[in-house]
Amino acid sequence: MDFIPQSIQSWYFGLTPDGKMVLWSLVKIAIVIGVVQGIVMYSVLAERKISAWIQDRVGPNRTAPPFVKFIPVLGPFLTRLGIFQPLADGLKFLIKEDFTPAGVKKIYFFLAPALAVIPAMLTVAVIPFGSMIGDQKMVIADLNVGILYTFGIVSMGVYGIVLAGYAANSKYPMFGGIRSSAQMISYEISMGMSIIPVLLIVGKLNLSQIIGWQAANGWLVVYAPVSFIIFMVASFAETNRTPFDLPEAETELVGGYHTEYGSMKFALFFLAEYSNMVSSSAMMVTLFFGGWTLPFWGLDHAATSVGMGIAHVLVFLAKMLFFMVVFIWVRWMFPRFRYDQLMDLGWRRFLPLALVNILATAVWLWLKSAN
Amino acid sequence: MIVDRKPLTFWEKLYLPAIVGGLKVTLKHAYSTLIQRKVVTMEYPEQKWTLPTGYRGAPYLVKDQEDSTKCVSCQLCEFVCPPKAIRITPPGQAGQKADRANAEKMPAEFEINMLRCIFCGFCQEVCPEEAIFLQKDYSLTALSRSELIYNKEKLLSLGGVSPGIQKWKHKLEEAKAQENFPVKL
Repeated sequence: MDFIPQSIQSWYFGLTPDGKMVLWSLVKIAIVIGVVQGIVMYSVLAERKISAWIQDRVGPNRTAPPFVKFIPVLGPFLTRLGIFQPLADGLKFLIKEDFTPAGVKKIYFFLAPALAVIPAMLTVAVIPFGSMIGDQKMVIADLNVGILYTFGIVSMGVYGIVLAGYAANSKYPMFGGIRSSAQMISYEISMGMSIIPVLLIVGKLNLSQIIGWQAANGWLVVYAPVSFIIFMVASFAETNRTPFDLPEAETELVGGYHTEYGSMKFALFFLAEYSNMVSSSAMMVTLFFGGWTLPFWGLDHAATSVGMGIAHVLVFLAKMLFFMVVFIWVRWMFPRFRYDQLMDLGWRRFLPLALVNILATAVWLWLKSAN
Repeated sequence: MIVDRKPLTFWEKLYLPAIVGGLKVTLKHAYSTLIQRKVVTMEYPEQKWTLPTGYRGAPYLVKDQEDSTKCVSCQLCEFVCPPKAIRITPPGQAGQKADRANAEKMPAEFEINMLRCIFCGFCQEVCPEEAIFLQKDYSLTALSRSELIYNKEKLLSLGGVSPGIQKWKHKLEEAKAQENFPVKL
């Protein structure tokens, strides 16, 4: 710690525990938001590349800042990989004209992208993305009601979309908004129900403790596979990804709720969709796949050294990225569900299934405790 | 036509066969692109098409094997050109004569506006001298509109040589032969 100036050290050690907590939380927030944004940027690239591979194409392979071509082997390789494409995409969004169509409801029109992005960012706050580094827990807010918080925030995401549909004063966004609200409600319920067996088994709402339980007893996907399937399908619907991308449905609704948006406001919707993917993947990893733990190499208990702490974060990221790839992959596998099929699947298939699942888990736990 | 729509079986209603099928198809394609490198994309400026014979690209003027301009400024192509892309300036009475004996005349200027040209090939079809051909250039680019109006010099240099019958060369012999042509009544 010698490289830190004396004045900063004395200021840091003079802080009250609350002050230290605030400082570290701010640091963690900055890092997590930065990392999530980075993942979002590059998942757009991943989406384009993976779709290209599945469709026998090559994908983005040209964009590069001018100096890159002077790097011998690495430069062309990275360019072909499309590493610089997200930078160009982002720049394009930033320098485009921020156009507001005539006849929109101005306040809602400006509010909607913000309302879409904020919940998407907030969900990552409770997700434990690692065990410990030094004396810091690798979670921004270790809430005792972590899951409830997530569900509360996630369901807010629909307001951004509905408001966007309403504010645009145009029929296609309106349809998108209506579809989105119907879809979100029907899948929110199955999603909530699908989690209950997990809570019955673990008995805690705190995500860190759920991970702790999984480290001790094995991953929850083994105990509640039906829950996992319902949760996964519902999270596809929640994030408006194919096969449930009815709110955007390019072929029928032009662009759905974001038809009238352009430039950075459109980019915010984009950002929200991908941030939602990140947080859904993180939730799936945390709830069903043991979070930052791995059952071998001693990675299943809280880290004591910095190296192990970083390893935990990497394990978590790797698991999360796997689910991100699944999200992207699935998009090229299925045609879009029809509206009535979607409703049917949500209300008449998954909801009863989730209820039966709860009952079955409860009975199983009761029988186990009776023995 | 009446399509027979069979009701789905329970197994099909589960979506599982469709999911597995989808996984297989996408994985197969990803494998063939990533590992076997069977990509359908042709990366254009580096790789180019091999054009089929008879491809109708930009029309250029051609020279014959003795390096003389074939065009005799008859202006048929100018008249037939549907988008009016060709403009020929004939030499006029006091103008420059053709660069070879027995040829009627030669255009003083021959311009094709490549922005107007629709590559229909009428000029080639109508030309009595086989002096203009649609060739294989399809990528004509320039920084301004005026650059894309090709003049005679440019058209000739791009067109190259197209050997063929040299009408003008044998004209005198032909004329003599006609005089002695045995006409029987």
